Amino acid sequence: MLMKIIRVLIKPFASLYEAHAVAHYRIERHSMGLSIGIIIAAAIGGLVEIAPLFTIDETVEAAPDMRLYTPLEQAGRDIYVREGCYACHSQMVRTLRDEVERYGAYSLAVESQYDHPMLWGSKRTGPDLARIGGKYSDSWHVQHLVNPRTVVPESIMPQYAFLRRAVLETQSLPGRLEALRRAGVPYKADMISSAEVDAAGQAKPDSDLADGVFERYGEETAIRNFDGQDGRVTEMDALVAYLQVLGQLTDLPESNSARDE
Amino acid sequence: MKEVRDPLTGHMTTGHEWNGITELNTRVPRAIWLFILVTHVWALIIWILLPAWPVGTTYTKGVLGLDQRQQVNKEIAAAERAFAERDRQIRERSVPEIMTDVSLMNYVMDTASAIFGDNCAVCHGTAASGGPGYPSLIDTDWLWGGDTDQIMETLRVGINSQHPDTRHAQMPAFGRLGVLSGRDVRLLVPYVKSLSGSDIPAEVRAAGEDLFSRNCSSCHGADGMGRLQAGAPNLTDDVWLYGGGDNDIFYTIWDGRQGWMPAWQARLSDEDRKMLVIYLQELADGERP
Repeated sequence: MLMKIIRVLIKPFASLYEAHAVAHYRIERHSMGLSIGIIIAAAIGGLVEIAPLFTIDETVEAAPDMRLYTPLEQAGRDIYVREGCYACHSQMVRTLRDEVERYGAYSLAVESQYDHPMLWGSKRTGPDLARIGGKYSDSWHVQHLVNPRTVVPESIMPQYAFLRRAVLETQSLPGRLEALRRAGVPYKADMISSAEVDAAGQAKPDSDLADGVFERYGEETAIRNFDGQDGRVTEMDALVAYLQVLGQLTDLPESNSARDE
Repeated sequence: MKEVRDPLTGHMTTGHEWNGITELNTRVPRAIWLFILVTHVWALIIWILLPAWPVGTTYTKGVLGLDQRQQVNKEIAAAERAFAERDRQIRERSVPEIMTDVSLMNYVMDTASAIFGDNCAVCHGTAASGGPGYPSLIDTDWLWGGDTDQIMETLRVGINSQHPDTRHAQMPAFGRLGVLSGRDVRLLVPYVKSLSGSDIPAEVRAAGEDLFSRNCSSCHGADGMGRLQAGAPNLTDDVWLYGGGDNDIFYTIWDGRQGWMPAWQARLSDEDRKMLVIYLQELADGERP
């Protein structure tokens, strides 16, 4: 009985598809027709991806207080990408109650407006890092990156002790900032030209170089000796500087959340 | 070659033939058609119910009017309403009062252990017993005072944090900055240890005492008992945040120490922080013989 109903239901539908199959059979035999068909089908896929970008100014929130990544933070971001941190850590607090209660206000699109590429991710072997900035101390981050087991015994994260020994390569930073500027990040000419000194200055709070960083990137910029080692600026400095600024670039998400309503 | 019905399977052939080999044109099974039908009908229903299609600068909102952000805000507001009465009790009642209320304590311990695990355990350990550089929270030794209000304040503003009201403490780098010579620091180490009870020769004590009174006593006190207002630890209780070995103490004096406790005002509510204080007290009580 049930099979009979299903068969009746399917009949017109199946014949529609059979007709489609016949048409397909014909079009296969005409190379021009087939080419045009392929172009139309591919264009639909492209349109679905591209069309939303036309209205991106209206769909992304405005965050006038949004800060830029400093050269050191941007260098740290590049290390984060290089080491594949995104493979285990997402940077996206979803609009779910348990996530908001654990990590803080849900992520907004505008928070990633200077991220090229964005690192939202969907795989969480480790916790989400979108709001990690300021949650733990610099020395904790250093200890944890050198050997995660010393602070979190049950951790399965790999060790990144070499970051503390690797001197940060800063020569390419002006070029990297320039590339980001062309992608739409509003770096100014003096930010790009002084990227190298600013990267060094942000990790050397006692030096004269630090003043320039405040001047160019704002008073809220964290200028500290992130890795706790004197003298040279290491990849550890850059990565910790980046981790400590995650979720700290704008206050918009907090003011947007339910907590204040 | 014509399309013919294959006698064995009952299906038609494609009409193609390669050296006598023909190809079956088997019909798509009914189950596949059914599956395609169901998914298409489902898609139509979902387009009507949920936000789906972009239209110019807006999009179709769907008849259910669902919005993820509004939804999560509503859920959190509902949770806050559901816990409002308990939160009020936690806010208004004193810690000893709360600790005698069994049902309220069950709630506090459940909630606070989750908060502690998410926020505090990575430094202070899941048992709150601390480690090198991170103080134990279940002993009686508190750098900034151990009563409820003082712990609440430390949680709120942090220590050496970015909070505008942060507590500030710094052990200067006496050796590295050239205030004391390596010899001076080596003399100080046994004296500092002797404050916690170890025996040392009288002449070492005399030299150390002199150095201590000139360099250390302004923060740690002449008797080494420490000063809460400065976050200067008590040196006489044999509790060593950065290790109590000769080497550890040498480097503490030589390089200085400046711990960093993050400020939690923006992340945890007043009730959350009060629950944490109660949670720690309960853990500490469990530790005591």
